[in-house]
Amino acid sequence: MPPSTEHGRPDPETTTLALSRDGRPVSDRGDTVCVIGAGASGLTAIKNLTEHGFGVDCYERETGVGGAWNWRHDRSPVYASTHLISSRPFTQFPDFPMPDSWPDYPHHSQLLSYFERYADHFDLRRHIWFGTEVVRVEPVADDRWDVTTRSTGGYGPERTSRYAAVVVANGHNWSPKLPSYEGLAEYRGEVMHASSYKDPAQLRGKRVLVVGAGNTGCDIAVEAAQQASRCWHSTRRGYWYAPKYVLGRPADQVNDLLLMLRVPLRLRQWLYHRTLRLTVGDLTRFGLPKPDHRVYETHPIANSQLVYYVGHGRIAPVPDVARFHGGGVTLTDGREIDPELVVFATGYLPRFEFLDPKVLGDSDASGRPRLWLNAFAPGYPTLAVAGLLQPDSGVFTLSHWQTVLFARLLQARLARPQRAAAFASRVEAGAGERYSGKVKDSSRHWFEVGHADYLRAVQRALDELEAGR
Amino acid sequence: MSATNERVRILRGREWARPVRPVRREVLGAAPELEEGRPPLLFVPGFGHGAWAFAEHWLEHAASRGFPAYAVSLRGHGGSERAPEATLRAYTHDVVQVAAGLPRQAVLVGHGAGALVVSHAMARYPARAAVLAAPVMGGWSTAATALRRNPVGTLPALVGGPLKLHRRQLFSRELPDADARRYAAQLGRVARRAQWQLLAGREAEPAVGRPPVLVLGSPDDRVVPPAALARAARRYGSAPLLFPGMGHDLMLDARWREPIDAILDWLVKEPQRA
Repeated sequence: MPPSTEHGRPDPETTTLALSRDGRPVSDRGDTVCVIGAGASGLTAIKNLTEHGFGVDCYERETGVGGAWNWRHDRSPVYASTHLISSRPFTQFPDFPMPDSWPDYPHHSQLLSYFERYADHFDLRRHIWFGTEVVRVEPVADDRWDVTTRSTGGYGPERTSRYAAVVVANGHNWSPKLPSYEGLAEYRGEVMHASSYKDPAQLRGKRVLVVGAGNTGCDIAVEAAQQASRCWHSTRRGYWYAPKYVLGRPADQVNDLLLMLRVPLRLRQWLYHRTLRLTVGDLTRFGLPKPDHRVYETHPIANSQLVYYVGHGRIAPVPDVARFHGGGVTLTDGREIDPELVVFATGYLPRFEFLDPKVLGDSDASGRPRLWLNAFAPGYPTLAVAGLLQPDSGVFTLSHWQTVLFARLLQARLARPQRAAAFASRVEAGAGERYSGKVKDSSRHWFEVGHADYLRAVQRALDELEAGR
Repeated sequence: MSATNERVRILRGREWARPVRPVRREVLGAAPELEEGRPPLLFVPGFGHGAWAFAEHWLEHAASRGFPAYAVSLRGHGGSERAPEATLRAYTHDVVQVAAGLPRQAVLVGHGAGALVVSHAMARYPARAAVLAAPVMGGWSTAATALRRNPVGTLPALVGGPLKLHRRQLFSRELPDADARRYAAQLGRVARRAQWQLLAGREAEPAVGRPPVLVLGSPDDRVVPPAALARAARRYGSAPLLFPGMGHDLMLDARWREPIDAILDWLVKEPQRA
């Protein structure tokens, strides 16, 4: 194994040349691991792999770290007011805390500076090839991988390098999911996906319809309430709008106190409903639909302001859109509204266009990989996906432990192959496992995980892998 | 590392649900004249001591040899905010906060009970390396030694009162009496709960990234008996580096230069992961 101080970049002089299946030259990178993407999950992958003694080449299509959280990146979904949904202890990497002086819910620019400091603190940039995008990732013999890259934008020649393992950390919040509506083409108003929403000035003085009750949809509805001349907020169903603070503390910290005390789900749901009832009150009184599910069954929405603005008449809750027509929108309850601007906060779809969908167990190309721990693909012991999770909490902690587990697995492959083999059969048996209670089925919720359930599963996997060490 | 619990604990519900309350921290530092790319050192004083103990000699000396050097006062100590209810976890939090705030991956150097804090901090921050100087790793044997050497100062601590250290416990006879008195007058008091956790606290979780660890001390230390020193070193798979004739406070004693030079020499050789 190369020492961790080894310079990570491919060096054509010292590598032996192999040939790919179709006869192109491949530079062999030996035991080096390839990481795709230098966002939050990619950075923690580099850090944890180098910490476990592996050489790493990371490819990043942009020119900076931070991925989705870097507002300079053209694929970044953040808007000016983006703040964290989970409070600091749940958001930070478990071995690199955010500063004490930061607020409970930091701003996205603070998060970017956090990732930049993380990269500098652990000297990760020397492993990253910026401005380089991955075109193809192909499995080859001996569980190795050929990774083909080129300059972002398709300039310059492609080059292929062979790696011992690959971590896919390309993020899942950059490819907009746009629902199709009857008559949308005839609609004369402006239409945008939340991914191109950057600043509340885009809403100022307009009649705005916001579609979608995710955290982004609610944030934009609140900004429309402050800036737009009118705001309608269209949701498919009623949701639980959790305040960011309850009982004087960030709500997720209160929730985890109950989790820690192992309070059963039913009781937690009851307590939650009770607390909401006492603090926020009955939402149907504001004209919001009654939730058709119990709390914790959909991705949590943490927004203290939405209900506030509904109560001030600045947001008009409306049901789903039935169809568009030239001058406006017909809702499913038959009502007609006439927005000038429609913002679709309808989410994103994960995409892995450089990888054969079959590798991730997505044989019918439905966009839903079949993995164990949302990370490990059956039959491909040297591949891991990092951060393909929609947790009810911060995702970075989870990516951190995924990549620690993967690094330990790669170590076990070298030192204790029978343990690694046991892990592989575990992946085989457990693929497609879910790590949350009952959730509503939608393309948003298939990779929804409860952070405690998920981390417990990772802990078990780690304990099994390390047993008898 | 036979004695340490090797299981990484992923679920940290208590730490998530009840984060440590932030306090104002005192951090003293000395920068080298020329930036040579050496890792920063973070000195962690033991119970009763503050960052001042390292500012006396070691910070400047480390900086003069090219290492950016910092020392933090644990909450309730030195110039940091008062914290009578502090716990070992709060002290650990203070160290990790300062370490993560440094521009590059830091070397943690703990002295006395600060070494125990460092051993816990290593489970929450991937230190580049760690040094445990005259480590007080806790447990009842620590109390027994203290009781034997300084019964008057120690007894109240065992029944919940404050621990009082005597200057003859801390310094060798080579240190001029005036200096010893001056240092002893600066000693502060430890929070009651942390004091208890020193005796009956939990073993540290495994260190992130298995950093190399150097243990050093003096066979003539009146706080840490040689057996405890050897035990601490064995935990990290090595033997202690010994400086005979010195007292417990290696950084203040008359021959303070020897141990810090040994630490810096060890770091210059760039020790690899355990």
